[in-house]
Amino acid sequence: MSILHIVNKSPYERNSVALAVDYMRDGDTLLLIEDAVYTVMQGGKAASIIDGQKAIVLGPDLAARGIAKEKMIDGVEVVDYAGFVDLVEASDKTQSWL
Amino acid sequence: MKLTVQVNEGPYQHQASDSAYHFTKAALEKGHEIFRVFFYHDGVNNGTRLTTPPQDDRNVVARWSELAEKNDLDLVICVAAAQRRGIVDEGEAERNGKDATNIAPGFRISGLGQLIEGGIQSDRLVVFGD
Amino acid sequence: MATKKFMYVNRRAPYGTIYAWEALEVVLIGAAFEQDVSMAFVDDGVFQLMKGQDTAGIDMKNFSPTYSALGDYEVTKIYVEKESLEERGLTLDDLQHLVWEDEDEDWAEKDSIRLVSRAELAEVFAGQDVMFNF
Repeated sequence: MSILHIVNKSPYERNSVALAVDYMRDGDTLLLIEDAVYTVMQGGKAASIIDGQKAIVLGPDLAARGIAKEKMIDGVEVVDYAGFVDLVEASDKTQSWL
Repeated sequence: MKLTVQVNEGPYQHQASDSAYHFTKAALEKGHEIFRVFFYHDGVNNGTRLTTPPQDDRNVVARWSELAEKNDLDLVICVAAAQRRGIVDEGEAERNGKDATNIAPGFRISGLGQLIEGGIQSDRLVVFGD
Repeated sequence: MATKKFMYVNRRAPYGTIYAWEALEVVLIGAAFEQDVSMAFVDDGVFQLMKGQDTAGIDMKNFSPTYSALGDYEVTKIYVEKESLEERGLTLDDLQHLVWEDEDEDWAEKDSIRLVSRAELAEVFAGQDVMFNF
């Protein structure tokens, strides 16, 4: 059964992004919300944590924190809250790595 | 899709309640069913009607009450967590000898079984916290 | 309705925050609903199971004895993540010895704690229906 791993804390504050990635298996999806969106900033050490993972980030949280597209690493999909809902539906269950 | 949403943190201190609110609203707009929103830990503090947030910022509590009213939502505050933190309705005031109530419109106080039931009856449980 | 596989994920230490205790309360109340329950202790969650907790000096309720009652509540699958334990310099010996009594085997006492690697626990997670986090 597939899991939508939802992470909300900054990778520089907590290990949750890294832990979620460790727990990901084929078919799982990673969604970064709230402070976890800092993971996708170019040049940040944390960006490498999600290398090669299916990582999606919540647009409104990026915008709130002033992370413009140019500041983001490549290959990360951006969704809004409606997209968040779709992701929940598309996976069999969610796991919130708080 | 039938959803249960769990909110672990109180208003303003963490973004959890905001994220849960926007997620819940989006789910409703897409035609999904919200089986229950369950407030646990400091999340019970979303249910006090006594907040006076600044005029130029969102009213977290009122927003939940309005969403509940418009969509007939079941907003449940965990009784044990509420007792610890002082969120009181008429029943709790009487039972525990409190001289006031503070519960916000649209919220009700009930047991942890409501969260478990949410997990059993819903297609998905989504947890928002710190 | 068919039973669901419930997984309660515990990642926090006890006492510094209330999550450990209030999570346990969910598990205990949840037992009455007869689902297929498992608990996982990862990160600082493994500290919850440490022996010898004495809270007199901080005047907080010592809720650690509650873990030994989990067997009576039919919570018999308690996963402890090996990497989290090792990172913190702990072994199974530092943790409470949690058991349950198997009525199908003449009430034989069996270990509830399953020491698993991160990879193994990820596999267990994959088979669950509902994940609770606190």
